[in-house]
Amino acid sequence: MATVDNAVPPGEDPAPFHEAVDDPRRRDFINIAAVAWAGVGGAIVVLPLINQMSPSADVLALSTTEVDLSKIEAGQGVVTSFRKQPLFVRHLTPKEIAEADAVPLGELRDPETLEQRTKPGKTNWLITLGVCTHLGCIPLGIHEGENRGQFGGYFCPCHGSQYDTAARIRKGPAPKNLAVPPYTFSSDTTVTVG
Amino acid sequence: MSFPWAKHYEPKFALTKWVDERLPLPRLVYNAVGAGYPVPRNLNYFWNFGVLAGAALAAQIVTGIVLAMHYAANGGVAFDSVEHIMRDVNAGWFMRYAHANGASMFFIVVYIHIFRGLYYGSYKAPREMVWLLGVVIFLLMMATAFMGYVLPWGQMSFWGAQVITGFFSAIPIVGDTIRVWLLGGYAPDDAALNRFFSLHYLLPFVIAGVIVLHIWALHIPGSNNPTGVDVKGEQDTVPFHPYYTAKDGFGLGIFLLIFAFMIFFQPNYLGHPDNYIPANPLATPAHIVPEWYFWPFYAILRSFTSDFILPAKLWGVLAMFGSIVLLFFLPWLDSSPVRSTNYRPVYRTFFWVLVADVLVLGWCGGSPADPLYIVLAQICAAYYFAHFLVILPIVSRMERPRPLPNSITEAVLAKKGGTSPSETAVSGSPLAAE
Amino acid sequence: MIRWISAVIGAGIVAVLGWSLLWTIVGVAGDSSAKTWTGAPASAEHYVHAQRPLLNAELPSEGLFGKYDLRQLQRGFQVYKEVCAACHSIRLVAFRDLKQLGYDDGQVKAIAQGWQIEQPSVNPDTGEVATRKNLPSDHFPLVFANDVAARAANNNAVPPDLSLMTKARHEGPDYVYSLVGHGYVNQPADLLAKFPDAKTPKGLHYNQYFANLNIAMPPPLTQDGQVQYLDGTKPTVDQMAKDVAAFLTWTAEPNLDTRHGAGFAVLGFLLVFCFLAYGAYQNVWRNMKH
Repeated sequence: MATVDNAVPPGEDPAPFHEAVDDPRRRDFINIAAVAWAGVGGAIVVLPLINQMSPSADVLALSTTEVDLSKIEAGQGVVTSFRKQPLFVRHLTPKEIAEADAVPLGELRDPETLEQRTKPGKTNWLITLGVCTHLGCIPLGIHEGENRGQFGGYFCPCHGSQYDTAARIRKGPAPKNLAVPPYTFSSDTTVTVG
Repeated sequence: MSFPWAKHYEPKFALTKWVDERLPLPRLVYNAVGAGYPVPRNLNYFWNFGVLAGAALAAQIVTGIVLAMHYAANGGVAFDSVEHIMRDVNAGWFMRYAHANGASMFFIVVYIHIFRGLYYGSYKAPREMVWLLGVVIFLLMMATAFMGYVLPWGQMSFWGAQVITGFFSAIPIVGDTIRVWLLGGYAPDDAALNRFFSLHYLLPFVIAGVIVLHIWALHIPGSNNPTGVDVKGEQDTVPFHPYYTAKDGFGLGIFLLIFAFMIFFQPNYLGHPDNYIPANPLATPAHIVPEWYFWPFYAILRSFTSDFILPAKLWGVLAMFGSIVLLFFLPWLDSSPVRSTNYRPVYRTFFWVLVADVLVLGWCGGSPADPLYIVLAQICAAYYFAHFLVILPIVSRMERPRPLPNSITEAVLAKKGGTSPSETAVSGSPLAAE
Repeated sequence: MIRWISAVIGAGIVAVLGWSLLWTIVGVAGDSSAKTWTGAPASAEHYVHAQRPLLNAELPSEGLFGKYDLRQLQRGFQVYKEVCAACHSIRLVAFRDLKQLGYDDGQVKAIAQGWQIEQPSVNPDTGEVATRKNLPSDHFPLVFANDVAARAANNNAVPPDLSLMTKARHEGPDYVYSLVGHGYVNQPADLLAKFPDAKTPKGLHYNQYFANLNIAMPPPLTQDGQVQYLDGTKPTVDQMAKDVAAFLTWTAEPNLDTRHGAGFAVLGFLLVFCFLAYGAYQNVWRNMKH
């Protein structure tokens, strides 16, 4: 057992005035320091417990997606997947490009030109995530025969968001255009996404 | 509850008063582990281990919940999901090593806690219910630890599950049926792994519930102390807070220091290499051993090597469970009115023999099943049962205990050499820790 | 009453144990051939392992202050790649993990692209089973599709996956180093004189550090210079064995450096806490004898 009579030698009366002699603030400093130190430690331990829920190394390293464009005719589109999300690759017709270019930027909720959303000289290839920016449903319209909404792009059946031929939001609750992931043309007919 | 001089919770602010009138939870905490719980002033460091056991359980639950977010309980992927935690999940290696070593820390702390209860007679009247609930917690801990060890689905996991469920096949007639029912198959597989995971997640919360009862039952008579003498008056006690919260804080620091050393520098010391080999139902490891905390019981199981009316296997299983079940009867096997073994010279000798005996049993249980260890284990197992079932009841009747101190305060002052009468006036010492 | 019952039960259990004890002793005394008191039937492997304890690989990752030597890990990876990888996979390791050895993104990509065994895949046009080049995000591919294929190709033995080898054996790094670096010797004559049955069967190889002395793996490191190190280290068999043991220590425990670093910070923090908590404890109790 530890001896704790540091303040009172054995046999001596621990009279109350001993306490008065001590400076109470200095006396209690050690208690406050210990509790504060423990608090800091507790807060530090919480960090890894929170951080463990962030994407793990294997998820962050998820592979890039390659898309072969050679078999996609103008007016058609394909769906593949990028980071476990649907990826829309659409070959725009000249008419669709003209429609997109005709819209004044001032009318748009999220102003972007088709040129800004595609690669130079490749404005006919529109590559976006197939994730509605409202609440994450997959919009219709990438396949032929599906409802493309009144702007000829995509139509989200969940809450009625409508996108134009440049996949920009035109009507409905979605706040943003369909997202364009980072990608490069590795050849004239191959795109590497990611 | 407890003593008449216990401090009463008095809410200081309008808000705390408002809460207290509607849900007196702060009052409950105050009376349980706050200033409202008077505790003998002479507790030694052995009394830290109850709080430490609680801390170990809390650490296991927190790390366990986190691990369950990444673990997959399916034979095809369980092993790889654990390695995924170790390699790819952020700080995953820390949480898994903390959980694996936390189990060992929990058992070390609980074994010391049990040792303290045995040595100082904390199981005796009026604290029998505290002891009985404690044995229930111990049994639940063993079940939880066993099922947790199966989850990584390594070689030791698989063969541990095979061997432990094999105990039940020792039961005559229905044994094999029960074993197949427990496993949901003829060998451990997805069905067993899934139910073990489910129960491994559930049981810690059951343990936490029984701990609440354990503490509740403790607060009726109040804590025992190293002299075993009852509290006579206010001068014998101090409020739990700040006195024992401060002491437990220091104890917790030492506990965490050792725990952290294991996690960061010896994380695999208490584990077995074979559990880093994926489970293989077609190849048994050369030397199957359970985790260290089961070794004494494993040694008892293996001590029964010859049939005697009943098959040896059944004797082994019965004795192994019996070695824990007999603890339920301990408060009535020991009829001595003296609690602390310090004042029981004859029993004290036998008690230390028991401690050595259990350590040797543990050593035998962790060693290969060679004749030397079997013979040692047989002798030690015999002493274990003889101690509790024969020696203890006899000694507790025959023995003449040494004179007890008149009070806790007298014992303290005799030890410290100070006999000033003002020592007894400890009430109201304003030792702020706020 | 309870004491009478307990005494009877206690005496009964002691009697049954005594009975078992009796027969254990009779069994050992009556069997003078193989069994000894210290256990373990006297066997060739016990004889050899007692004489030849594992050699110390002296890896820089050992001990409390252990830290990986990245150049050694790169050399070890080279040995693994050029010698071991023909038969042994490291399926729990991903190519991207090699960045921890000091390779940059381009080098990792090149290693993955150039890896001999390709990643299982599906032909996008026909849906048939196919393979593709490895990407940094891929795990190292299996060498054999399954155990049956492994057995068929390796004289009925399965080359184990090496990802966790150094954690799956007692003193794993020393074991790997001893086994591949110094394990293959001629079977000693005195061993055969003592244990005539211990002769290594055809198709197996005598290795004094292998559990049962007879390993299916032919000697992997046969001569100095088998691997050409880029950093100028002399590629002796001993050096190659050390390096590959270091590499396999890393594959089993990639977070060791982080763990040791964090460990010192945590221990320091807790040490300060212990001092503060002890001070607070003494302070609270300063006027209370106990």
